[in-house]
Amino acid sequence: MNLTLKVWRQKDAKDKGGLETYQIKEVSEHSSFLEMLDMLNEQLINEGKEPVAFDHDCREGICGMCSLYINGEAHGPDRGVTTCQLHMRMFKDGDTIFIEPFRSKAFPVLKDLIVDRGSFERIQQAGGFISVNTSGNTQDANALPIAKPMADKAMDAATCIGCGACVATCKNSSAMLFVAAKVSQFSYLPQGQIERKERVLNMVEQMDKEGFGNCTNTGACEVECPKGISLEFIARMNSEYLSASIKSEN
Amino acid sequence: MSKLDSKIPEGPIKDKWTKHKNDINVVNPANKRHIDIIVVGTGLAGGAAAASLAEMGYAVKAFAYQDSPRRAHSIAAQGGINAAKNYQNDGDSTYRLFYDTVKGGDYRSREANVYRLAEVSGNIIDQCVAQGVPFAREYGGLLDNRSFGGVLVSRTFYAKGQTGQQLLLGAYSAMNRQIGKGKITMYNRHEMMDLVIVDGKARGIIARNMITGEIEKHSAHAVVIASGGYGNVFFLSTNAMGSNASAAWKVHKKGAFFANPCYTQIHPTCIPRSGEHQSKLTLMSESLRNDGRIWVPKKMEDVMAIREGRKKPTDLSEEERDYYLERRYPAYGNLVPRDVASRAAKERCDAGFGVNATGEAVYLDFKSAIHRYGTEKAHVLGIHNPSDAKIIELGEKVIEEKYGNLFQMYEKIVDENPYKTPMMIYPAVHYTMGGIWCDYNLMTTIPGCYAAGEANFSDHGANRLGASALMQGLADGYFVLPYTIGDYLADDIRTGKISTDLPEFNQAAKEVTERLEKLINLKGTKSVDYFHKKLGKVMWDKVGMARNAKGLTEAMDEIKQIREEFWKDVRVPGTMNELNPELEKATRVADFLELGELFAKDALHRNESCGGHFREESVEMDGEQEGEAKRDDKNFAYVAAWEYTGDPREAIMHKEELTFNDIELKQRSYK
Repeated sequence: MNLTLKVWRQKDAKDKGGLETYQIKEVSEHSSFLEMLDMLNEQLINEGKEPVAFDHDCREGICGMCSLYINGEAHGPDRGVTTCQLHMRMFKDGDTIFIEPFRSKAFPVLKDLIVDRGSFERIQQAGGFISVNTSGNTQDANALPIAKPMADKAMDAATCIGCGACVATCKNSSAMLFVAAKVSQFSYLPQGQIERKERVLNMVEQMDKEGFGNCTNTGACEVECPKGISLEFIARMNSEYLSASIKSEN
Repeated sequence: MSKLDSKIPEGPIKDKWTKHKNDINVVNPANKRHIDIIVVGTGLAGGAAAASLAEMGYAVKAFAYQDSPRRAHSIAAQGGINAAKNYQNDGDSTYRLFYDTVKGGDYRSREANVYRLAEVSGNIIDQCVAQGVPFAREYGGLLDNRSFGGVLVSRTFYAKGQTGQQLLLGAYSAMNRQIGKGKITMYNRHEMMDLVIVDGKARGIIARNMITGEIEKHSAHAVVIASGGYGNVFFLSTNAMGSNASAAWKVHKKGAFFANPCYTQIHPTCIPRSGEHQSKLTLMSESLRNDGRIWVPKKMEDVMAIREGRKKPTDLSEEERDYYLERRYPAYGNLVPRDVASRAAKERCDAGFGVNATGEAVYLDFKSAIHRYGTEKAHVLGIHNPSDAKIIELGEKVIEEKYGNLFQMYEKIVDENPYKTPMMIYPAVHYTMGGIWCDYNLMTTIPGCYAAGEANFSDHGANRLGASALMQGLADGYFVLPYTIGDYLADDIRTGKISTDLPEFNQAAKEVTERLEKLINLKGTKSVDYFHKKLGKVMWDKVGMARNAKGLTEAMDEIKQIREEFWKDVRVPGTMNELNPELEKATRVADFLELGELFAKDALHRNESCGGHFREESVEMDGEQEGEAKRDDKNFAYVAAWEYTGDPREAIMHKEELTFNDIELKQRSYK
């Protein structure tokens, strides 16, 4: 298929940036979206132009490195996938495709389609852990049974890949789904109980500091999340936050 | 006399590690904070090491080329992690895990290291559960296990099909806690460009800030290389696009020996390639072989009919199918180790029985499992005389619970529903057992430079068993390195901070800058990918699943030629002082072009078949094992550790003889 691409180009963080138009021919419908961009870059290099910078790594939908806002949707028109799993069979010959970086104040553009998601890192550093040191003598893994439904819930929350699609797609640029996933995972597990209150308070505080917006429950994040993280977790985090705030002694 | 001292402790194998821990030096807690350790790579080995070392009090600097430690490619491991917990009461033990791993590795690993790995495997599970890793559980609340290829017990712990992700997120959370405390300084989007050696010791690295292009000097008292494997030398592999051998190769060029580069794992259950545009291959967990049956049609006319679309695989009756693994290996069936399963698929496809247009695909069929699980579930639910439709519905649900994400992934890529029609699979490059040589303490031949995880060579021999990579990465990072590194650093408590103004740092930085300038200034006519693909084709055709002397000799020359062409004609757009993905690729491919030649040289010298390394010249000619790989213990029971001398083809081999006191060398039979 032959396509017209409108791609966001921006030299560095300070540059204003703008959309450039490119034509690309004979794209296989079996190729992935990023393989189509590989083709574009090969073409640009051969024409002596600078290739488009974009983030990607595992190309199997698990590392969370790839991003892209494609035709106004985070990770493009397909559901339950990351951009690297998006296939060109979702598009038609002759289509015009708009490709932009994830947009949020908390995700500044570094170059072209690459953004800085360091804000996510700092939120995790604020409390996304259980304080246990490495030791050969933690208790036996089976000493603490965990009911399967709770373990499964924790797993559902833990599948977040930290890509940032939830933020990019939210009209408020809210990071609630991302933060809720981690808070919820540990809230379901007995190991997470001891630091349960500080965790949610600290992570939410850091989230606010980073300049993410508030949640107005539009649910767009859940729709665009490549891992199908449920909105329920946001409700759970709200309840965790409320109860931690009320009961917090200090 | 060998230059290699493996430093294996004396004594019975089961006491070696305990004795060693008691014997080695330790650093007093107050002194640890004055000692800097650099960790390159933040996957399971690097992440676990960085977190553990920081918890112990060392000042850690960790480097990742991605924008977060959480993205390291350990995240893509799906199936599970082995541990000798014997929770299933099926007779598992430290010895059995040790035995299976040595046997699975075709008797080419270091016995003492493997025993230690098996010994600490249980601690890993305890540690991960304590971190909040949500492993799969049974209804009673205890941990669930599954079985994996090449073994007869269920010892694999898993978190759906995302075990690597969950384990890495565990290590990542431990790192985050230390980053928050300022004990780890995290350098994301930084790539190690060279190792700095001062007075014969590893004392730091040169790194490139991938956003600004700045060349930075970082000093430390020890450097840990945990940068993963080199599968991307094949261009197409299941590795991440950025996975590279550069850190390991740079260390090799500075004096660390590189061991057994030819030991590569070609994983049997990958999605077949679809065309020329392909940038990488996708693995599906080996755990699928627990429930999937592998087959091709018995008759060539059916193969043709399927390729031409006249027949569907589901049209073929049981009698018309050749379940070739069950036929050839009745004892292990579809659960033979990876190397055996891969070669068997290649054998059928080479014979013309491949089931897709490229002729490189076999079926992985879940029909029997869906039926079996459906019947079982109906029984549990008390449904008497369930209809076929009901059984299939219930069975599909069970399969979805076990492998849902893999089935979804397959459907997204191939556009076929694997619940209804068998999957197509074909082997792909997946893991490299070879790597930087290291002693029992994981120290390389450069004092103060360590290698952990896939980057080292020690535990998997010539073939890695499923669910053992996660185990080894975490064992090295959580439970081995944090102890052994103290033995070396105990001598450094009075050294004080290493200055980055030393001439060695300036010289290394200058060399890095010159090399980058050279790449930018070549302004040739061909892209980096052009050379990478060319290298990959030579590697796959001549250094791939089956190798022979003629092909390997040709490959060495061809790789050299591609390398020379690369350094004349590569085009790297942009500049050094900016975010420049093409420049990053160019530096990595330049290293692959050297490593590839050593790889072929190693494969050429090893005139035996062992594990993932299959020499067409070394095959059993008769008897029950006819056509199977033939190992040569008399001549090749050693580790080939290569010393760099300025040109990969001139590398000098040092042998570490492998002695097996606690295990009998046997032909690996899975029949």
